[in-house]
Amino acid sequence: MRNPSSVTSREPAARRSFTLQRRQIQTLLFQLRAFVALIILVIIFSMLSPDFLTLNDLTIVAEHVSINALLAIGQSFVILTAGIDLSVGSIVGLTAMVAGYLISQGLPLPMFGVVVYFNVWVVILIGLLVGIVLGLVNGLVITRLSVAPFIATLGMLYAARGLALLTSNGATFPDLGGDPSLGNTGFPFLGTGNVLGVPMPIWLMILFGVVASFVASRTPFGRQVYAIGGNERAAQLSGIRVHRVKLLVYVISGFCAAMTGLVIASQLQAAQPATGESYELNAIAAVVLGGTSLFGGRGTILGSIIGAFVIGVLSDGLVLIGVSEFWQMVIKGAVIVLAVIIDQLQQRWQKRAALA
Amino acid sequence: MSAADREMAPDVVLRAEGITKIYGGTVALDNVDFTVYRGKVNVLIGENGAGKSTLMKIIAGAETATRGRLLLEGQPVHFKSPREAARAGIGIIYQELNLFPNLSVAENIFLDHEAMRRHGFLVDRRRQQEAARRLLERLEQPIDPQAFVGNLRLGQQQIVEIAKALARDVRILIMDEPTSALTTAEVEILFRVIRELKEQGVSIIYISHKLEELLRIGDYVTILRDSHRVAEAPVSEIDVNWIVEQMIGRSVSDTYVHQEHALGQELLRVEHLSLPRPGGGLLLDDVSFQVRAGEIVALYGLLGAGRTELLECLMGLHPEASGTLWIAGQPVRGRTVGERIAEGLVLVPEDRQREGLVPTLSVAHNMVLASLRRYLSGLALSRKKELTAVRRLISDLGIKTPSPQTLIEALSGGNQQKVVVARGLLTEPRVLLLDEPTRGIDIGAKADLFRLMNRLAGEGLGILFVSSELREVMSAADRILVLARGRLTGEFRREEASEEALVAAASLGQGPASEQAETGEWAAGGGLQTGTTDGSQVATPTASATKERRDQPHPHA
Repeated sequence: MRNPSSVTSREPAARRSFTLQRRQIQTLLFQLRAFVALIILVIIFSMLSPDFLTLNDLTIVAEHVSINALLAIGQSFVILTAGIDLSVGSIVGLTAMVAGYLISQGLPLPMFGVVVYFNVWVVILIGLLVGIVLGLVNGLVITRLSVAPFIATLGMLYAARGLALLTSNGATFPDLGGDPSLGNTGFPFLGTGNVLGVPMPIWLMILFGVVASFVASRTPFGRQVYAIGGNERAAQLSGIRVHRVKLLVYVISGFCAAMTGLVIASQLQAAQPATGESYELNAIAAVVLGGTSLFGGRGTILGSIIGAFVIGVLSDGLVLIGVSEFWQMVIKGAVIVLAVIIDQLQQRWQKRAALA
Repeated sequence: MSAADREMAPDVVLRAEGITKIYGGTVALDNVDFTVYRGKVNVLIGENGAGKSTLMKIIAGAETATRGRLLLEGQPVHFKSPREAARAGIGIIYQELNLFPNLSVAENIFLDHEAMRRHGFLVDRRRQQEAARRLLERLEQPIDPQAFVGNLRLGQQQIVEIAKALARDVRILIMDEPTSALTTAEVEILFRVIRELKEQGVSIIYISHKLEELLRIGDYVTILRDSHRVAEAPVSEIDVNWIVEQMIGRSVSDTYVHQEHALGQELLRVEHLSLPRPGGGLLLDDVSFQVRAGEIVALYGLLGAGRTELLECLMGLHPEASGTLWIAGQPVRGRTVGERIAEGLVLVPEDRQREGLVPTLSVAHNMVLASLRRYLSGLALSRKKELTAVRRLISDLGIKTPSPQTLIEALSGGNQQKVVVARGLLTEPRVLLLDEPTRGIDIGAKADLFRLMNRLAGEGLGILFVSSELREVMSAADRILVLARGRLTGEFRREEASEEALVAAASLGQGPASEQAETGEWAAGGGLQTGTTDGSQVATPTASATKERRDQPHPHA
């Protein structure tokens, strides 16, 4: 949709006549609507609250956004194949708890009578592995056992949350700063550290965003993801290994969720089993706001990140100007539905343009 | 209708006057007049994009005209929805089927005018099923009214669509390419039904690309070209050449070109290919044949003969199949579609919308889908390499598209088909498999396609194409294989093929002889029938159905 090649290619056509040109501009505005909405939101909030545009505040907003953006990036791949991953919030929670457990409790090995404390890097790797494995389970259940993605990941939503609660029997692991004598310090850097004055979560969002955009738009795998979402049977007949690609998108989603869980645990320097509850809905909302079709095949990674920004700016901005939390929810809901309505309108327009 | 109406317009039931339809900035219909004569088959012809479908949508109430008016029985009418048109007795069978795969045949047929129990809100299922069964019997199709439409093959679905239109009392019935998925035998049945409808005073508007068919069934012909009506004439006064000249301004003999090519090495060898039918029996029964370089082989057969399944087996889509395959003398090892493509086979599927196109992608991205690896530079797809390949095929195949980045859906059917063929060619296949490649494309695109097939054969490709059009099979192929009930029942070289022989071979082991004998050209196969007349031919024990299932899936098939 926001594919740059399709925009450039239409330019010569736009010069043909005035009516065409106007339609081009309308189409472009429609395609960039999430971005336009974001700008409008920023303008409104900075008028209503002088603090809003200060660099400090923008960094805070970006930090909040980065959490949701990471999840939305993974979710985008899934939704592009016309699937859905409802389990990401629970994977966030489980990963946070696994990391918390390993740092604060260590891994007891009863047969040797020792407790092993891992280096923080190893903890992070194990955390990411948890996300990959759960994503793999989602993908296998969906492809091998033909369970609908909604159901398979709904099951995982419950199961992973249960596992997260089991790690501590529902308690919180506080104080994840680590112990210098155990050699496992440094975990908080992931969520609270700065590099070149920019917080780590924002760097991660940029890194994930760039890599994911590249994968989605420039690699065969990305093209296959779009093709499967557009027409699975045609993709299969073109020699695409549909099952493998689908498996991978759930692994990617699980991986992104695990990264998010680590960042949150690190930011809070504590791991709570309820971490990430209902985050899957925020992620899906960001993806949809960014112009990705729930029916698959259309959408971009950048769109989803912008979608995450719209949600983030909206909630932080509403807090800043003093709108109650309850009204915030109402507004958020309305914005999401509005975005989909606009999407439908655009579809209709494009079809008409294509027919004409 | 009243007597007064009759006097006003003695034999015209519907007139469209000065119809203009503008979409955005494009004129789809420009001041078009169209007359529908009562109790006649009114044929509408034109290339894709000429405006036929738009005109039909306006008459059926799915679109409203920008200018112009409709006169039904001399009275101006304004249909705001298909429902209003249906109430006025206008029914339409769309080219793209409008069925619900998740509902049963009976439910589809009676959708929106369900048979109700006496008082109320409950659907009388039994009555519906009974009525559906009668309709399907009239169409001579042993389709179970309780079967889900999604489980039927395309041709059967088309029959259901026709039954759906018949279930309403229509006085004008629009048929937009009703025969595109039907085999010869089913076309005969449809024609018989059309004649019955005419006798009952129903007026038919008939759209098709099959010109011989139009001349057989039509009474009046109207020709559209580039949004204009260019001619109208009674069928008795015209012939195929006249129609084609009116349509595109070139002669019909250009359509089916065929050149002899020197045959090279054997490219594809299939031996003892069998495919079990779910629930017992065989869909394919010990099929063996080969295709040589430079050879165009046609696979002819009736609906359900196993033609599509045969091509699917070659592509590795049925792991349960058994048999052996060789490509250019090498045994085929690949099991997945991707591996088969790598070994030199590629399939252009039958149903473009459902299996061919990715509607959300551009022309370029659709085209490179099966050969993505070829455009890699490092980890990324090189846009330059892609575009070079895409541009080459666009000009090579004469694909009409504003740009490679245009969405595939904006192209006409013929050009979409060429894109799917181009996708196959970009994999550099040794054998090209085409399943009903001319379904629903206009005569110009057909001619292009046959020219292309000849050129590819000349370049040393082997081509295997499935078709249910006799004329196409006989004029385009070097060799014709006939498939009936999953078995190869005939093989003809180009010179020795005749319509009668092909039809006879195709109906070997088919059902009721009596029905087929009626149509004359079917008599040839009559002596070999098993003779059941109760419509249970699907279950009729034949040699193929009772033969023991060949199990032990062979590693190569």
